Amino acid sequence: MEAQRSLAQHKQVHARKRAITFIQGIAMKKWNMVIDVALCENFNNCALVTKDEHIGNDFPGYAAPQPSQGHDWIRIERRVRGRVPMVDTAYLPTMCNHCDAAPCIAAAKDGAIYQRTDGIVIIDPQKARGRKDLVDACPYGAIWWNEELQLPQKWIFDAQLLDKGWAMPRCVQACPTGAMRSFLIEDETMQEMVRRDELETLGPELKALPRVYYRNLYRYTKCFIGGSVIANRGGAVDCLEGARVRLLQGSKQIAETKTDFFGDFKFDRLETSSGTYSIEISHPEFSLARLDAVLGEQSNYLGEIRLDQPVSPKAP
Amino acid sequence: MKRTILKAVLLALTRVLQLSARRHPAFRDFMRKRNCVVQIRLKDGSLGRYYTFQNGKVKSQAGIHPKPDVAMVIKDVPLALKFLANPNPDQREVVLAAKTFKVVIEGRDELVVWFLQLMNRIKTAGLEFGTPMRDGTIRYTTTTNGGPLYVFVRDGRIVRTTLIDLTSDDAPSWTIYARGRSFTPYRRATVSPHALSLKSMVYSDKRLLYPMKRVDFDPNGARNPQNRGISGYERISWDEALDIVATEIIRQKRVHGPGAMALYQSSHHQWGNIGYYLSAMLRFGNLLGFTRVHPNPDSWEGWYWGAAHHFGNTMRVGLPGGYGLVEDCLQECEMIVFWASDPESTAGVYGGGEGTQRRLWAKQLGIEFVHIDPHLNPTAQLLGGRWIPIRPGTDAAMAAAIMYVWAEEGLYDKEYVRTRTTGFDEWRDYLLGATDGVQKTPEWQESETGVPAHVVRALARQWGKKKTYLSAGGAGLGCGGACRSATGAQWARSMILMMAMQGWGKPGVNMGNLQCFTPLDFSFYFPGYADGGISGELVWTASSVNNYIQMPHVLTMNPVKQMIPRQRFPEAIIEGKCEGYLWDGTSVEAQFAPFNYPMQGFSPVHMLYRYGGSSFGTIANSSRFIEAYRHPSMECVVNQSIWFEGEAQFADIILPACTLLERWDIGEWANCSGYVHDSSGQLNHRMILMQHKCIEPLGESKSDYQIFLEILQRLGLGALYSEGCSELDWCKRVFDSSELPSRISWKAFLKKGYYVVPAPSPETRQSPYMRWFAEDRQKDAPEPLPMPSQYAEQFGKGLQTPSGKIEFVSKTIERSDASNPERPALNRYIPAWEGLSTKDLIDRYPLQMVSAHPRFSFHTFSDGKNSVINGVADHRVRVGDRDYWVMRLNPVDAAARSISHHDLVRVFNDRGAVICVADLSQTVPSGVVKIFESSAEFNPLMTDQGMVDLGGCVNILTPSRPQVQGTEASAPNSCLVEIERWKRSAALHSTSKSTLESVP
Repeated sequence: MEAQRSLAQHKQVHARKRAITFIQGIAMKKWNMVIDVALCENFNNCALVTKDEHIGNDFPGYAAPQPSQGHDWIRIERRVRGRVPMVDTAYLPTMCNHCDAAPCIAAAKDGAIYQRTDGIVIIDPQKARGRKDLVDACPYGAIWWNEELQLPQKWIFDAQLLDKGWAMPRCVQACPTGAMRSFLIEDETMQEMVRRDELETLGPELKALPRVYYRNLYRYTKCFIGGSVIANRGGAVDCLEGARVRLLQGSKQIAETKTDFFGDFKFDRLETSSGTYSIEISHPEFSLARLDAVLGEQSNYLGEIRLDQPVSPKAP
Repeated sequence: MKRTILKAVLLALTRVLQLSARRHPAFRDFMRKRNCVVQIRLKDGSLGRYYTFQNGKVKSQAGIHPKPDVAMVIKDVPLALKFLANPNPDQREVVLAAKTFKVVIEGRDELVVWFLQLMNRIKTAGLEFGTPMRDGTIRYTTTTNGGPLYVFVRDGRIVRTTLIDLTSDDAPSWTIYARGRSFTPYRRATVSPHALSLKSMVYSDKRLLYPMKRVDFDPNGARNPQNRGISGYERISWDEALDIVATEIIRQKRVHGPGAMALYQSSHHQWGNIGYYLSAMLRFGNLLGFTRVHPNPDSWEGWYWGAAHHFGNTMRVGLPGGYGLVEDCLQECEMIVFWASDPESTAGVYGGGEGTQRRLWAKQLGIEFVHIDPHLNPTAQLLGGRWIPIRPGTDAAMAAAIMYVWAEEGLYDKEYVRTRTTGFDEWRDYLLGATDGVQKTPEWQESETGVPAHVVRALARQWGKKKTYLSAGGAGLGCGGACRSATGAQWARSMILMMAMQGWGKPGVNMGNLQCFTPLDFSFYFPGYADGGISGELVWTASSVNNYIQMPHVLTMNPVKQMIPRQRFPEAIIEGKCEGYLWDGTSVEAQFAPFNYPMQGFSPVHMLYRYGGSSFGTIANSSRFIEAYRHPSMECVVNQSIWFEGEAQFADIILPACTLLERWDIGEWANCSGYVHDSSGQLNHRMILMQHKCIEPLGESKSDYQIFLEILQRLGLGALYSEGCSELDWCKRVFDSSELPSRISWKAFLKKGYYVVPAPSPETRQSPYMRWFAEDRQKDAPEPLPMPSQYAEQFGKGLQTPSGKIEFVSKTIERSDASNPERPALNRYIPAWEGLSTKDLIDRYPLQMVSAHPRFSFHTFSDGKNSVINGVADHRVRVGDRDYWVMRLNPVDAAARSISHHDLVRVFNDRGAVICVADLSQTVPSGVVKIFESSAEFNPLMTDQGMVDLGGCVNILTPSRPQVQGTEASAPNSCLVEIERWKRSAALHSTSKSTLESVP
């Protein structure tokens, strides 16, 4: 009898422990967003579904209706690099970063903005009424002022849907390239992914600890130096394929590449305003060319670079 | 015995009506709409029963009523039993009985239609639509120009629209194995941005919510046509509006005769087999008789008027098909050359985001990309690869130079050219300069195209060495902005000749960009919009191919043979005459003969029934329409539109239609049919959708079908138009006409809302397009073209050309248009008549404007209307209180004009002026400006520099001259403009006082 009771108690305790572990497990899992800048093509479905979701819809406890004009809770920034014809573009979807050390939460003081245990940051549509100051509290400019409702508003990770069992926020579902992915995982797992995929956040110096991460962010934040190598071959000027191109800063080689069949080369992921580089182009049939390239705020396409016949051709 | 059964059936009908009314409130409401006596009887009067409907109640009495309101007279007892005792009679027999007068229904038309629809409602009253969700919403389905959607509705209001994720209940997806990897698409229907703006369009403040009449239009007095677009509107009742329209239709026929009314639609209204212009609208028009405003193939131009003369395929408007090419491309291709090709903007056509994933697979596989386009377009931006910015309208010169390199260096498929083509020697002589003393070298083309000779040579050599796909246009199989310029036909012809030199159809050598065709089951029949829906129109739709047989319905026919070529509509009205050339895909030859307006015997047009209002945004040199609208010969203008936009402001009577979410329809995603056969090959899954009526029509708006029906009822034509069917009944008839009933029940389909057609097994996939031709085999592509008589020798062998081969020098042009200097049989490069060579123009207007099919709207659909699309910065940019159309220009050109990013600019030439917002970037080279066509907004404003359009209709600036004389090919991309910063103080006053706000 005693033994039976003991066993029952044991089972109960065990079950409770398991439940706690389970609940903790869920509590430990938090939402994160990973955006691949190289895959964003400015399709805008993410921005449009967010408007579809919030304009004209009230989600008490989550968000009041978004005004039909003037708010871009998800907003895509554009950067165009280079000049014709070596040009590329990068599109950067920006939104509330759901920061773990959110400056807006600190500024709100009274809980008008709070972070849920799943990492999602919510502006309380009741408590935050009249708090225009909270718009400026976000260093990312992700909070918008609703003049009519006198309410600060922003993208809420579609918490109103996730809480009803939806698998992902709508922007993730609507993206045709898979540039946006959401993860409900433990922070530790997320950090592994950050390391593995070289993910970055916007404004890390702000130390706000965003939960929105970017892949290939260099496409938006960094610069390239490129050029097109041509040479006179058999009486006609042609693109020079296979030339060896070295990028140096001082005497230090930063990178090396070969020209493609259009004679093009491109060194990417260079810091803006990182100063003077030198480019060295060599090809067995032609004289070495060396030229300087300065990187300011913008990428630098050097245009056509012509290699000359060597003055005294080497013996074959 | 049979008479006894019939008596019992007639008696039981009373009970069925009573029960349906008791169980279903909607049925009860519908029954309450009319009080009348309906008699059903045998023709000889020997048996009958009449039903008295009074205030929603029905009772019946055996016998013959002396004066019934409606009488259904049936020839004999067996026929009566066949139709009355069987809830689902054979539609073929029903239509036959009607057409042979075995069953006749007499009475006032609107009562007849009401009674027949009531009888049909017995079958539909208990049906369930959509899926109830846990949060209290009901989830419906629809499909749009941009793909299918779930529509969530609560309390009669749309809450949200989302993409549809396929489930394990839906058919599995295909897998392609290529280069050691396997590729399976997302289990999701990806959609275009414009699809996701639908909710905002439904609830737009630009919706027309009640019928309106121009204040100074008096149908019985002064009509003041000169004030169209100027004076405002007043609200009128539906009865008044429809009476005016019906009375005017009768008056036009009586006073002027057949042809006096023109019926003119915008091309891409919404989606579905019922409410589409080729369906409900054509049936309406045919029952009245109308002057057809015949479209030109404005997305295909150069291919129809040019390329088809070298390889045929007129039934595809001069475009190749693409069966099997997604698999072939992934497995074999080494390089894709995109030429005037931007699938990431145009989604092929209707293809949502379906092709994007496949192009990213190509990138993963290391397939190289080259983009020849004046603009670093979104496809080039996403995929990367070499951008070759070319000056607009010079593409054919670059193509000739590439072919020169191939000919000179032997980089072409000599065996293929010898066995599968004709006329190459003559063509080679032209390239090498033997014909005219000019070698078409890369250096030769440089001054035309602005592309350095060495770049062209590098491309030509790479192309000659590598297995290459040529992607022309968004779908990769033709179309494209380069085919819509003065040299459009030259370019499209060049593309075919290039393919011929490279061995078109061999593994990895083909056309496309992975947009077309995926390995889907094209043998499963479901009609596309060009199948004509309920139109019964057998000439100007593809109805006769399958639809008319599969869905028995009463044919209709337009007895007015007079037509106006769409591009010449303003001249037809203003000058009273015009000439055009026919778009008719049934032969290569049909396009050569001109047709004239007016046509002997028919009346010139004095009434315009306008369906939609996109002309200002979509037709070249479109400000011509203002004068046409105000011409005194135009006695009445009706506009049936959903939104107050575009040309609606020029109407006398405005009839408010509802959106597709407010009415019933049924359709397959991206299935065009007709000239765009098997276009669902762009998709990852074939999806057929019930387009649920998700909400009631807003305000007093009505479905297009209902508006047409109510006009026709005033002429006693309602029963003939509707065949007693509501839109939902027609949906059922379309469902039954397809192969769906063998796969899913009507009930299940209505509830779930869609069906995914399973992909075929790998063994039964289609072989790559043109492979049969390359290998000189019997054609194995499942497309009904060429026509049997059009094969050169043996049925199924070769192409539609006279020789059956690809012809470097076109025989059909040589035969029928040999003296046309603008379209020689040998495709010489002829510089554009508006472009860099037109010195007088370029001095004044130095910028070449390219106006492409838009990325975020489907032509005018979803633009304007205060839709959320207006908030997309690459579509419109808000300055002050207005969203302006975006003009992309190079910073160098901007600096020379003191224009800064997002300044308002006046874009102008001799044809007019449009105000846009400047977007400065290096994605366009200096000398070129890039913009979308198809602004839905036309907002003219009078300034001291003349009229400007604030809406963004840049077609005001484009030339209406045909590309090539003797064709109707439009050439909007040969357009020179100048741009200056706009000083808003120049604005004096608006020409239009008509705003919705002015209506009480």
